[in-house]
Amino acid sequence: MRIAVLGLGSVGYGLLSSIVDKHPNLTITGVADSKSAGINPDGIDITSLLAQKKETGICGDPSLTARDVVTHAPYDLLVEVTPTDAGTGEPAYGYIKEALSRGAHVVTSNKGPVALYYNELHELAQKNNVSFRYEATVAGAIPILHVMQHDLLGNTITALYGVLNGTCNYILTRMAEEGLTYTQALAEARELGYAEADPTYDVKGIDAGIKLVILANTIFQKNITLNDVSITGIDLLTDDALRLAEHQDCTIRLIGEIVPGTDLFRISPRIIPKNHPLVVKGTLNAITISTDMAGDLTFIGKGAGSIETASAILGDILYISQGKCMD
Amino acid sequence: MIRGDGLVQVSMKLEIRDSPGHLVAALLPISDIGGNIKTVIHEHNQENTNDFLSVEVVIEIPQERLESLINLFKEKGIRIQKIGQDRFSYQLSVIIIGHLVHTNLGDTVDQIDRTGYAEITHMNMAMPAINERSSAQFVIRSVTREDMDHALQILRTVAQEKGFLLIEPLEVM
Repeated sequence: MRIAVLGLGSVGYGLLSSIVDKHPNLTITGVADSKSAGINPDGIDITSLLAQKKETGICGDPSLTARDVVTHAPYDLLVEVTPTDAGTGEPAYGYIKEALSRGAHVVTSNKGPVALYYNELHELAQKNNVSFRYEATVAGAIPILHVMQHDLLGNTITALYGVLNGTCNYILTRMAEEGLTYTQALAEARELGYAEADPTYDVKGIDAGIKLVILANTIFQKNITLNDVSITGIDLLTDDALRLAEHQDCTIRLIGEIVPGTDLFRISPRIIPKNHPLVVKGTLNAITISTDMAGDLTFIGKGAGSIETASAILGDILYISQGKCMD
Repeated sequence: MIRGDGLVQVSMKLEIRDSPGHLVAALLPISDIGGNIKTVIHEHNQENTNDFLSVEVVIEIPQERLESLINLFKEKGIRIQKIGQDRFSYQLSVIIIGHLVHTNLGDTVDQIDRTGYAEITHMNMAMPAINERSSAQFVIRSVTREDMDHALQILRTVAQEKGFLLIEPLEVM
């Protein structure tokens, strides 16, 4: 299977490193970063490409672009891991559409296009008889979409609750365990690289809200946007509130909630018993699914990180390359 | 205590003759009338040395049959020393953050209390400094599950009007 990769940030780099180490049989025919691109129908030497990227900051020929790879490189599967634009989904949305229209499978970790245009992209993939997979968009390394789309097919999922943002979970963990104020915990998260310079997207619950939209549309066949999610972030929480929760042997976590039967889509800080399986520490993510047959199932794992996200992407790639799906 | 399924939880202190067979005889009317006995507590350290002993029973019974049970006890000569019933069976805690005092805390509590079906029975408040937002934990109790949902809805509206952050519990699954 010939693969083209768009985006060579930490996720793209982690993915290509894993392919070199563990799956050298996968042929990479095109790679693009934000400043250059490389195309070779016989397969690019990934080891030297990664070395060049590390040394010079670019991966290929500066006269070529990601658009050239999408349009002209020969590939059967496009991996789209460029930075997310939650507002427009671009340029990823355009790349994905182009690849699907060419009859290529697409695997992405990009939340923007999946949250905004899932139904359209899904239909386009079906029309062209190819797969469109996006496991890495929700909860990083936890294979939650696959579990719900395949393993739990016989069940009716009555509700889903999740800790979907590692930055918020880190801040809340530190406020609860060390008695830090919100400002102190956020500053610490920034220093450790868990929070962006502008943390709005995370702490106001927008990132978790986008993941909820993806879950609602892909798993529960809804057709919602971010405006349909009731969102309250953690930025107005006080350390006193954490202490009040502590008195009841509880803590506070930012929880995403979907109840498909009543169209409830909500992100909000919630009081939760400390021994509840969703109370995970640090930057971990956790998701509990309530089902009619299997009961409650809880999944815990790393929600971000270069190799962890690459794990989800590689899973999608191999699932497709082994001919297991056309969904 | 009335629950969502219409059962009421009642505790009763009964005076029963202290001889074999009388305890079972006293408890029979409860099951005959469709009640569940949750616990039976003997009180052995009684001061009176007469032939009677006090037994406390906690039972669940459909609300409308409680009156009949009381009559049945009377017919059988079993004296009810005490009867206690807690109206509220649902309880949950929320945390509210905001300028709680300056926005008329009494009114916030009142909006729940005056419903008649729910009450704020306990409050724990932390006020850091005069102009800073305070945080308070409210314990709300209600008659039925639906009443609790209504009470929460009222609180959500109040929180929105007064600019509070309302933190609700995630119900344990």
